[in-house]
Amino acid sequence: MTPLAGYLLVAALVFAIGLAGALTRRNAILVLIGIELMLNAANLNLIAFWRFGPHPEALTGVMFAVFSIAVAAAEAAVGLGLVISIYRHVRTADLDKMNRMKG
Amino acid sequence: MIPAVPMVAAGVIALLKQPRRRAAAALAIGSLAFSLLVALAAFGHVLGGWASGHAVRESVNFTWVEFGSATVDLGWVLDPLSAVMMVMVTFVGLLIFIYSTGYMAHDENFTRFFCFLSLFAGAMLGVVIANSLLLLFMCWELVGLTSYLLIGFWFQKPSAAAAAKKAFLTTRVGDVFFLLGIVWLFAQTGTLLFYNNGAGSMEPLALGGLLAAPAALGLSAASAIALLIFAGAAGKSGQLPLHVWLPDAMEGPTPVSALIHAATMVAAGVYLVARVYPLMQAGMPTGGTTTALTVVTWVGASTAVFAALIAVAQNDIKRILAYSTVSQLGYMMAGLGLGGVAVGMFHLITHAFFKALLFMGAGSVIHGCHEEQDIRHMGGLWKKMPVTFATYAAGMLALAGFVPFAGFWSKDAILESAQGWKLSQGPFFMLVFGALLTAFYMTRQVSYVFFGAYRGHGHAHESPRVMTSPLAILAFFAVTLGFLGTPAWPWFRSFLSDRPARFELAGFSEPGILALMLTSTGVVVAGLLLGWWLYGNKSPRADEPDALEKAMPPVWRALRDRLYVDELYGATVIAFYAWFARVADWLDRRVWGGIVSLVTGFFGLWAKFNRFLDTYWVDGAFDKGCEELSSGGGLVARVQSGRVQTYLRLLALAVVVLAAILIWSSHP
Repeated sequence: MTPLAGYLLVAALVFAIGLAGALTRRNAILVLIGIELMLNAANLNLIAFWRFGPHPEALTGVMFAVFSIAVAAAEAAVGLGLVISIYRHVRTADLDKMNRMKG
Repeated sequence: MIPAVPMVAAGVIALLKQPRRRAAAALAIGSLAFSLLVALAAFGHVLGGWASGHAVRESVNFTWVEFGSATVDLGWVLDPLSAVMMVMVTFVGLLIFIYSTGYMAHDENFTRFFCFLSLFAGAMLGVVIANSLLLLFMCWELVGLTSYLLIGFWFQKPSAAAAAKKAFLTTRVGDVFFLLGIVWLFAQTGTLLFYNNGAGSMEPLALGGLLAAPAALGLSAASAIALLIFAGAAGKSGQLPLHVWLPDAMEGPTPVSALIHAATMVAAGVYLVARVYPLMQAGMPTGGTTTALTVVTWVGASTAVFAALIAVAQNDIKRILAYSTVSQLGYMMAGLGLGGVAVGMFHLITHAFFKALLFMGAGSVIHGCHEEQDIRHMGGLWKKMPVTFATYAAGMLALAGFVPFAGFWSKDAILESAQGWKLSQGPFFMLVFGALLTAFYMTRQVSYVFFGAYRGHGHAHESPRVMTSPLAILAFFAVTLGFLGTPAWPWFRSFLSDRPARFELAGFSEPGILALMLTSTGVVVAGLLLGWWLYGNKSPRADEPDALEKAMPPVWRALRDRLYVDELYGATVIAFYAWFARVADWLDRRVWGGIVSLVTGFFGLWAKFNRFLDTYWVDGAFDKGCEELSSGGGLVARVQSGRVQTYLRLLALAVVVLAAILIWSSHP
C-alpha cells in the first residue's frame, strides 16, 4: 500500500500548482482552473485521510468529497458566469485590465 | 382746588403746537385767566381765614420717592404768602399775555411764543405754591428753561442766542449752590417739605436741629444752608456778582422782559428767600440778626447801588429798565434782610406792577417808533403817544418812589427797616443813595424819550388798544397798590404775619416815620430835579455826548461800560474755562487717546501674531497632516487595485503565515 504521505504529497503538489496558477495567470479562466485544481487537491486530501483514518468503511469521507465536488461545480458555474458578465463589460478576459472598481 | 392752578396753565402747552395763532393766544390767555380766577378764589379763602382770626396754612403733601425708610415728598401749600404771589403772578401775567397779542402780532412764531409763555406761567405758579423745596427746585429749573427759550426766542440773532445761553449759565451757577443747600437740608432734617404738621423743614423742630448742627467757619448748618439757598436766589434774581445776565436778557421780546425779568421770574429768587425765611431767621437773637440775613442785606444793598449807577449811563431804553430791575431786586433782598418777609414781599408786589408797566410802556414806545430802542433817537413822544406817556409817567413816579404812588410806600418800608437796623447804618445810606439815583436815571430816561424834539426816523404812532389797556390797568395799580402798606394801615404786613390790621392815622406819628417820609420824598424830589435840570426838555442830538458825559467823562465811560463786570468775568472765569477746555482737549486727544491707541495697537499686534501662528503653525500643521493623510490614503488606495490576483496573492500569503504560526505555536 502506498503510504499516506504519498497521497498527501501529491495533493500538496497539485494544490501548490493550482495556487500558483490562480495567483499568477493573466487570464480569468485560467485562474478559475487553478481554483478548481486547489479544490480537487483538497478533495484528495480528504479521501486520503478517510482511507487511512479510523473508520475507512463508513461513508463519511465519500460524502464529504461528493459535497465538495458539488460545491466546486456550483462555484465554477458562478465564477464562469461572473467572468462572462465582466467580459461583456470590458471585452477582455485579461485580469490585469480589470482593475476598475467603478461600476 | 389748589393743585389745579398751575396744572391748567401748563396743560395747555401740549395742545399749543399748531400754526393757528388765534387759537394759541386764546388758549394761553384763557388758561391764565382761569388760573387767575382760581387764584382769586384761593386768595379769598385765605383772606377769609385771616379776617376771622385763624391763619390759613393748608398743605397737600404726597410721597414721591421712597428709599428705605426715607421718603422724598412733594406738595403744595396755600398760605397768605403763596396766595398773594399767585394773584400777582396770574394777574400781571394775564395782562402781559393780552399785551403780547398786540406786540407779537407781526411775528411769525406767534404760537411758539404763547406756548413758551404758558409753560413759563405754569412753572412760575409751581414755584409759588410748592410746599417742598424739591418741587420748588424742579419748577425753578423749568422757569429757568423757559426763560432761556424766551430770551433766545429770536434765536437767529446771534446776540439773542448768546444772551439766552449766558442767562442760563449764570443762573446755573447759583443753582449749583441751591442744590447743595437742598441736599444738605435733606441730609440734616430728612425732609424737604416746608410745612408738614410740625415735621416740615421750616417748622421749629427741624430748625432747632439745624441750628444745633455745626458747619464750617463757626456757622451753624442753618446759616450755611440758608446762605447756599440764597446763592441760588442771587443767581435767579440778579444780585451782585451774578447779575450780568439780566441786561443781556433784554434781547428777548419786550413782553418777555416785562413778564419774566421784571415781575415774576426774577421775583422768584426773592420769593424763595421769603419762603425759607424761617431758616434764614433761625436763631435770631432779639433785636439782632442772623448771619444769613446780614449777607442778604449787604448783597441786596450793594446790588441796589451798583445797578443804579450803571443805569444812569445806559442808552438803550430796555437796558435802563433792566438795570433798574437789578437795583430794585437789591432793594427787595435788602428789605427781606432788614425788615422781614412782609417788607421785602411788599416791594416785590408793587415792583411787579410798575416794572411790568414800565416794560410794557417801553415796548409800546419801541413798537411806536418802529423797533427803535436807543433813547437818543426818541423824543417828544408825549404828544404822539399820550396814553403811553401817561401810564409810563405813573410807572416812573412809582418806581422813583414819589409820594403817594405805590413805590413810595414799599420803598419807605424798606428804608424804615434799614434805619432801624442795629448792625450798621451802611445799608440805609446806600439805599437812600440808590433812591436818589433811581429818580435821577428815570427822569433822564423819560426826558430823553418823551420830551424834547423827536430825533428818530419816520413817524411815531400810538400803540393799539390791546397794548395800551393793560398799561392803563397796571398804572391804576401802580398808583393805588401802595395804600395796602402805609404805616397807617399796614394791611400787607398784617396779612402776611397773620395779625389783624387796623386803620389808624396814629401810625403816621410813630417815632421817625414822618421824618423818614419827608427825607425820602426830599431825596426823590432832588433826584427828579437834578434829572430835569440836566436833561429835561433839552433834546441833544443822537451823536452829542450826554450832559453828564460832558461833566465827568471817565466816570461816564466806566458807568456806560457797565463797570466792567462782564469784562472781569471774561478775563477770569471765561478765560480759565477756555484754558481748561483746551487742557481737557489736549488730555483727551493726547493722553487718553494715546492710551487708547496703545491698547488698540497692542491688540492689533496680538492679532497679527495670532494670524501668523495660525497661518504657519496651525494651518501648516493641518495642511501637512492632510497631505499625509491623502498621500497615505493614496498609498492605501493602491491596495484597492481592483486586480483580483493581487488580492488572491495576499490571501495566500496570509494563509501561509497563519499556518506557520499555528504549526509553530503547537510545537513549542
